Amino acid sequence: MNPKSRLHVPSPPARPGQAPDFSYVQLSPAGAVPKPEPNARLADLGGLDTSLIRVLDDQHRALGPWDPHLDAHELQLGLRYMLLTRLFDDRMQKIQRQGRMSFYMKSTGEEACSVAAAMALEPADMLFPAYRNQGLQFVRGQPLVALMCQLLSNTGDMCKGRQLPVMYHSAKARLFSISGNLATQFPQAVGWAMAAAIKGEDHIAATWTGEGSTAEADFHYALLFASVYRAPVILNVVNNQWAISTFQGFAGGEQSSFAARGPGYGIPGLRVDGNDFLAVYAATQWAAARARTGTGATLIELVTYRASAHSTSDDPARYRPKDDYENWPLGDPLERLKQHLILKGDWSEERHSALSQELDEMISLAWKEAVTFGTLTDGPRLNADQMFEDVFKEMPAHLREQQQQLHIEQATPWRK
Amino acid sequence: MAQMNMIQALNSAMDVMLGQDPAVIVLGEDVGFFGGVFRCTDGLQRKYGEHRVLDTPIAEGGIIAAAIGMGVNGLRPVAEVQFADYVYPGYDQIVSELARLRYRSAGDFFAPVTVRMPCGGGIRGGQTHSQSPEVLFAHVCGLKVVMPSNPYDAKGLLIAAIEDDDPVIFLEPKRLYNGPFDGEPDKPAVPWTAHPKGEVPLGHYRVPFKAEIVKAGTEVSVITYGTMVHVAEAAARVLGIDAEIIDLRTIVPLDVHTIVESVRRTGRCVIAHEATRFAGFGAELSATIQEQCFWELEAPIGRVGGWDTPYPHAFEWEYFAGQARVGLALKAVMEPV
Repeated sequence: MNPKSRLHVPSPPARPGQAPDFSYVQLSPAGAVPKPEPNARLADLGGLDTSLIRVLDDQHRALGPWDPHLDAHELQLGLRYMLLTRLFDDRMQKIQRQGRMSFYMKSTGEEACSVAAAMALEPADMLFPAYRNQGLQFVRGQPLVALMCQLLSNTGDMCKGRQLPVMYHSAKARLFSISGNLATQFPQAVGWAMAAAIKGEDHIAATWTGEGSTAEADFHYALLFASVYRAPVILNVVNNQWAISTFQGFAGGEQSSFAARGPGYGIPGLRVDGNDFLAVYAATQWAAARARTGTGATLIELVTYRASAHSTSDDPARYRPKDDYENWPLGDPLERLKQHLILKGDWSEERHSALSQELDEMISLAWKEAVTFGTLTDGPRLNADQMFEDVFKEMPAHLREQQQQLHIEQATPWRK
Repeated sequence: MAQMNMIQALNSAMDVMLGQDPAVIVLGEDVGFFGGVFRCTDGLQRKYGEHRVLDTPIAEGGIIAAAIGMGVNGLRPVAEVQFADYVYPGYDQIVSELARLRYRSAGDFFAPVTVRMPCGGGIRGGQTHSQSPEVLFAHVCGLKVVMPSNPYDAKGLLIAAIEDDDPVIFLEPKRLYNGPFDGEPDKPAVPWTAHPKGEVPLGHYRVPFKAEIVKAGTEVSVITYGTMVHVAEAAARVLGIDAEIIDLRTIVPLDVHTIVESVRRTGRCVIAHEATRFAGFGAELSATIQEQCFWELEAPIGRVGGWDTPYPHAFEWEYFAGQARVGLALKAVMEPV
């Protein structure tokens, strides 16, 4: 290497075989960060983009101005959705490993980023998810069978077999079609929000992307348009530390927080403990109030950790310590909310195992039903004719012709 | 010589070039410490250091643009785009900048950038991991466009691409990474070790940007490249047709001479590519062949490609231009007029 070289190459603090080191994660004590009014001027927001908004402390108490004071029922519901997300992820991953599904992506460790945010929004608000936001699907009431059918590309698949597993959508539930391309949904959510403002509607949009994807230009378009038009949108960056093998330093996380990108464009940035259900809920609520009252967009960085592999095609043991997640300073979102509820006397280990069992059975039942619509290897299959539909609203002549050619191809014993 | 699959051959090409030319650098998402999601750059950062094999942010536009800047400043960057399907954020930099820099500066500036990207389907990748966008580059003046069909060519073509002073778009059919694939997904996978083109020299060599007649024949010329070379060979074999199989290896520059000479000899022609058919590269080939071989043609030119839809996850093999589609096209052009 050239000794004169001044090129800095970011490097994660620990690689496989080394001790996990999260000293780079700047923490604030729970309850310590002030909470301004949602319509406060950007200049009066202080250090919200660099401190860490936390409500739950290490003893599982809810502290400080950001505590959303949710009732026991809401908290139990949040726990239920997060547990459902985790159990669903675990089961789908297992099924993928058995070869019955082509691909899967878990969201383990990041459940609060989706579940708490979706619960803090109104059902008519439009969500533009990334591919690791399955919690949004559950909160918005997507039936498990529908999600499983998508994963199986079977006859019940809402995408008619067009998309990779986890790329769900539901127009009815206001969950936008998930793209396999990164960050493309970010500026689209801004456009949706601009349209809501143009039409004089109260709805807002919310979108999510990973910290790695903030490197794409789309992220910057989103911030600029959101700022220029004060669009009623919430822009969430799920900083789970890893983009496949690439450490968040390569997305610019070494120099400043991702939340701090917001003020640079003229919109507030909130840096939030993404594993703290209450903090995510409160931050979303704050940003939603700001958007709904015409003050404009908010960028929320949800600091979390991708506890699982990027996908079933990835092996994180090659690039990070095996016990990284066990040492993650912000703990586990499920465990933290569970302990908080237990502390308040609104939950118990017994109720938790009963819930776990109930959800597991629900998943089993749903799976039994989903496979009746077909799997990769057996059961009914979608009709290949459908491959030619929806390219355009009306099928043009050349596609009708190709549809006929496919019939001929499949019916002709060409080898003779 | 060594037995290599296409991944190892590409790795060896970059290894050779990093070793012999200090100007060569490799950059892309996950290419450094991890060695690439397909392992094409495995071990190169360990061997050549973090300043020669660079991990980058997830920003294809940034990767291409930075590569252009590095190229202008004397380096010879080999940029990896993780999937061809993800190149589009970098498309403006490729089309408006990389391709035309030499032209607009009357030769005073140029960027010798190679952009590698896995392409093609057959790995259950759905619409975002299966595309064959070669024609989107072929249509842009100033880019060379290469697509190897085997490990030997992959290494020699990649070295030639890196050494080329013009920008080269280097498309790697990912279904061929681990073995030749004849379009029949239910058959057991065949490794490259059983294939003569899996035999790869360890050192430096170039494969010229010219077509290769991979199998001589007299009855029909099959003009193809990438994965379809193997599919077409298999289909002709099944039908017992003495087809001449031409692997273009590069679509820009296009080896018109080899194509025309062959079609004039056989009088019949089938064009096959994985990419969608409409305005696909087959259209350019068909027009050229018609212009230059009209009087020798015994039958209309056959053209085979993917259907004109996005690549569907559930209908991979109904979509893919497999042996049946190629076979039917071969039979159609073989029918006496």
